[in-house]
Amino acid sequence: MSARSPAPASPDDAAPWPGPWVRYDLVKEFVVALVAVVALAVILTILFSSPDDPATTIQSWAKADPGDFLTTAVTELNGTSDVATYGPPYTHTSGASQEIASISPAEVVGVHIPIDTVKDYVIEPLREIPADPRLKAALAAYQAAPPKLREAWAGAFEGALPKARFVRGIPILPAGRYGPVATMMGSLLGLAQSGGLDGALVAGNHRFYETNYTKPLLFLSGGEYFAERGESQHLLGTQWGMMNETGSYPGQVWLWLYTFWYQIEPLKSSENADLLVFSIMGILSLALICIPFIPGLRALPRHLRVYRAIWREHYREVEG
Amino acid sequence: MSEGEGQGMSAEERQMWTTWVRERAVSALPPEKLLPDRQPSYVSSWIYVFGVVSIASLIVVVVSGMILGLKGPEWWHVSSVGHFFNSIHLWAVELFFFAMVVHLWGKFFMGAWRGGRGRTWVTGAVTFLVAIGAAFTGYLSQQNFDSQWIATQAKDGINSTGVGAFFNVTDFGQMYTFHVILLPLAIVVLVIAHVLLVRRHGVVPPYPAKARRAEPATPPPQAAAGQGGAP
Repeated sequence: MSARSPAPASPDDAAPWPGPWVRYDLVKEFVVALVAVVALAVILTILFSSPDDPATTIQSWAKADPGDFLTTAVTELNGTSDVATYGPPYTHTSGASQEIASISPAEVVGVHIPIDTVKDYVIEPLREIPADPRLKAALAAYQAAPPKLREAWAGAFEGALPKARFVRGIPILPAGRYGPVATMMGSLLGLAQSGGLDGALVAGNHRFYETNYTKPLLFLSGGEYFAERGESQHLLGTQWGMMNETGSYPGQVWLWLYTFWYQIEPLKSSENADLLVFSIMGILSLALICIPFIPGLRALPRHLRVYRAIWREHYREVEG
Repeated sequence: MSEGEGQGMSAEERQMWTTWVRERAVSALPPEKLLPDRQPSYVSSWIYVFGVVSIASLIVVVVSGMILGLKGPEWWHVSSVGHFFNSIHLWAVELFFFAMVVHLWGKFFMGAWRGGRGRTWVTGAVTFLVAIGAAFTGYLSQQNFDSQWIATQAKDGINSTGVGAFFNVTDFGQMYTFHVILLPLAIVVLVIAHVLLVRRHGVVPPYPAKARRAEPATPPPQAAAGQGGAP
């Protein structure tokens, strides 16, 4: 450890450095770095602030696009929505989960966040509406009807929605065999437009405190309105959305490699894209951690020779 | 109470758990090694700055996050002061990742795991991956459209692995707990372990140099004495 020894050309990686040592004030370096980071963060804050686009509420959705709201709601009622057919961890729909080599991890783990779209998104919220005998009768008729008839009513209502007119937010459909579904959906739309459905989905089962937004978020994500808002903010998967943020902010740029896989074939169009991408990233993450122990990979930096730029002063000294 | 061999310590004292832990700690990291005022001459590149900048950024992230947490998760939506601290938090996170990624690449190109420094690399790489999780849960905790969108998109990937049954990205309460307690705690513990390992094993030396251009014959005796052969 002599300060006067020349730097060795081939130092022992594990042994104490036998070459020259120089003064290095670690504490000063840390304090300067801390001050610089604080200053930089304050400057960036003053210049650019941070994005805060208001959340989409079910109320704002139902008011802005009642047709889209009703289309989503009726698919929740007849069990054809994305949520109703999602599979684990929400529903018991078989064959809906992604798989690799016929193994579906989601199926193995099973349903842990059960969602009954008919009950959770339609029947229970409607039951909370007081003093509406017409709705009460519609609910009773719907629940007393055989499944085939319920499907027929909901199907007819869904089919007629593209022809619906909305007068001050109230749907007016051409005559059809909608049974009690028209009354139910009209009431659900009114509940949503009043803001009542937001609260009903978050604080269901007569609870007061709630921090779990699974049900309203899944309901929102089933509509075109929510997707169009995401697209307008360049957040879709095809827009490298995983690493983007609303506005022109850097977002989670460190997720670029996750996002990258979704942009290329065959992953881009694969039905199992999510599971494949997560598997690839899991393997790559493990490889990153284990680089020191992987033959070939651990020797790569030596061949890349970037280290010669990093230690250029050292090599200049020992190589002359 | 009899004295120990050359240490002024009794046999009873030597058997104490506290004594054992202190002696092991001081032996592994004596003060001059824990906080050295000298470094090998090769530690003279800008790349070495990014490790300490990562730690400095992490401190700003944690402190600004604590201020946001103390006032509650909704504060920054309704207060300009809250929004200011949220912006500090955001930009400190961006600086943290920038510094950490440069540090990681720098250490990769140095082959910084050589000479028994494998655990140092492993703790650093795991810190990076855990930090991604911490940032991700932070984005989910924003309570705005961005967090709504990220939650609804990310659920599909996480659910496909089966993990979504237990790590529910649409459950704000769960994500907020991960973001403000569990993952930051893991990062701080990992960073402390990483820094202690760096101090214990020192900074990795350069790869072997080429032969001197002017002196192709035998190297000087002082340099030859230090040769041990890099893997």
